[in-house]
Amino acid sequence: MNLHEILPGIRGRVKRIAALGDQHEDVRGQLEDIGFLPGERIEVLRKGLLGQGPILVRVGSSTFALRESEAQLIEVEPLEV
Amino acid sequence: MSESKVHFFPSEPLVALLGNPNCGKTALFNLLTGSRQKVANYSGVTVERKEGRLTLNTQKVIRILDLPGAYSLYPRSLDERVTCNVLHGNAEGEKRPDLVLCVLNAMNLRRNLRLVLAAKRLGLPCIVILNMVDVAQRQGLKVDAKALSKELGLPVVSTIGIQSHGADELKQYLSDLDWKNLSALRSSDIDEGIESSRDHSAHTELDNVQVQQILHNLHLDHITPDRLSDRLDAVLLHPVLGPIILAVVLFFIFQAVFSWAVLPMEAIESAVDWLGGLLTQLLPNNWLRSLLIDGVLAGAGGVLIFLPQILILYFFILILEESGYLPRAAYLLDRLMGKVGLSGRSFIPLLSSFACAIPGIMATRSISSARDRLVTILIAPMMTCSARLPVYALLISAFIPERKLWAGLDLQGLVLFLLYVAGIVGAMAVAWVLKYFTSEKFRLNALMMELPSYHLPRLGNLAIGLWQRAEIFLRRVGGIILIMTVCLWALSSFPLPPENATGAAIQYSIAGMMGQALAVVFEPIGFNWQISIALVPGMAAREVVVSSLATVYALSSSSVDAADALVPLISKGWSLATALSLLAWFVFAPQCLSTIAAVKRETGGWKIPIVMLSYLFALAYLAAFITFRVASYFGLA
Repeated sequence: MNLHEILPGIRGRVKRIAALGDQHEDVRGQLEDIGFLPGERIEVLRKGLLGQGPILVRVGSSTFALRESEAQLIEVEPLEV
Repeated sequence: MSESKVHFFPSEPLVALLGNPNCGKTALFNLLTGSRQKVANYSGVTVERKEGRLTLNTQKVIRILDLPGAYSLYPRSLDERVTCNVLHGNAEGEKRPDLVLCVLNAMNLRRNLRLVLAAKRLGLPCIVILNMVDVAQRQGLKVDAKALSKELGLPVVSTIGIQSHGADELKQYLSDLDWKNLSALRSSDIDEGIESSRDHSAHTELDNVQVQQILHNLHLDHITPDRLSDRLDAVLLHPVLGPIILAVVLFFIFQAVFSWAVLPMEAIESAVDWLGGLLTQLLPNNWLRSLLIDGVLAGAGGVLIFLPQILILYFFILILEESGYLPRAAYLLDRLMGKVGLSGRSFIPLLSSFACAIPGIMATRSISSARDRLVTILIAPMMTCSARLPVYALLISAFIPERKLWAGLDLQGLVLFLLYVAGIVGAMAVAWVLKYFTSEKFRLNALMMELPSYHLPRLGNLAIGLWQRAEIFLRRVGGIILIMTVCLWALSSFPLPPENATGAAIQYSIAGMMGQALAVVFEPIGFNWQISIALVPGMAAREVVVSSLATVYALSSSSVDAADALVPLISKGWSLATALSLLAWFVFAPQCLSTIAAVKRETGGWKIPIVMLSYLFALAYLAAFITFRVASYFGLA
């Protein structure tokens, strides 16, 4: 499951960031730098109107706004609450 | 033969503050250095360089450098590159720091600790500052500083960054330090050189394992929700309520900028008038008096008048920034900005461009995507900066009748509002067009923006921020604008008119000749030779146009009086079509050399400023041409 498919209020854990060739290498590194690393807990806080717009996601204890295109790169497993 | 620059550095030790964005680093910096700080730019780039002095209890003085916030030491934005260069000792005009203070946000150890591990590898003496321990404790996070110090092999000092006594322990620690021998604070595990991409991901994984281990050992391996921020976000980021609240906030700010500034602006006005009057009494009527009154006072005074508006706008921007709302506004606007190929991150630079494009262009440095940054720089000058206001005000009061429309709205205000909208719409249109001109590989623009917890803004930080803005603005008034107005005065005063001259003196001057030549170019858009002359000095700064028009119309009072006396003159002399055309011209025209200079410095070459100059001139000419022709068609010429 990828991060953009997770519904608001659901918690999960980062499995890995997809490697999608050189073009995304920089985005991948950036995602790692801000904390999307294997094992890290995440929670989708909210999405925009009608599920559009950037996703608000908590990773560790900081909150980030991500666009759907980046959220797609993050593979997560949902956790039971 | 290669020449190397020789730099001289102050003898005091240089201490650099390193940390993630939003770790409370700048608040700590403000606490440590207080009023003893200065802001400049790093040579070559416009990233702000904040340095301050701290006198230790032992009377020893150290220099403290506030490095731009960084998530890793693998640079991705201009900000992060500066931080890396300084730490590696590669920054021009900066020596390698003697000591690095790694600031950790106790709330967010996992990510912050990875930066500490990276900093350790650089081989610089490091001290870890555990910041915001009070907030963490309230959230139930107890961080054992001693255990952390043991895990990291580095000294750890706890501070409460946002309280004034919070830095005392740190000051004491720095006072007790043996500054002659800091090497004890250096890690043995050293990794020199800028990290390559591959090294970086390898380090990221290793560091992550180590951080997990440390957190596990400290029993901090759990997630802590930020309840207050979540509750506020439920309202402020609500898909329907959020944008409405943002619109109200922005409307209130613009309202305040105009209404609150009236009194202080009038005060500056009368001070300049008084000084002019004093000089007129004291000095004989010669060229020196003319230079001081018509050149220096009229020019610099006419610009100084905008200081209150700039400060009021900055006051609100600083509050929004300190409270943590500004990135949320960017989040709300991301979808809208995405439509024209930008991200919400461009919102902050564009907002501050309403005060003045220069700090706006400087604020683009936090945008990590090179393409987004460039587009934002290119459109920033179209945001209606406060320097356009005097021109707008002059033309509106001369040509637009004072008439009430419905619901208390008046026509003059509506026209002013439309001029602002025209700038924004123009900027968005240009960004939209640029979407199709930038190559595919630059299209990847990520948002990835951190939304910090909400904080109450602190008065001290606001005051320091405002003072720094004022200083930058005043330096500009005292520098380039003063020089330009003196040059203009010289150009429009010499050569002197012949004995039997009939027209205004300025017609015979160099500026007059230039204006008459330019009038040929501007005739199709309805500008007469007087306007054409005024546009020449207006290149230096837009606001000078008003005082230049006054000079051209052979008035010799200060710009303020001139504006009042000009109204009847131009409303009789110009057609409405000409006035509208001039307004359209000013929405787009790149009439400020300082902005061009800032863009050149920021983009590191002449290419972008030249592109910007040409497209803005073309756009201004086109807009003025259409306006003039349409207005003429309706019989307004």
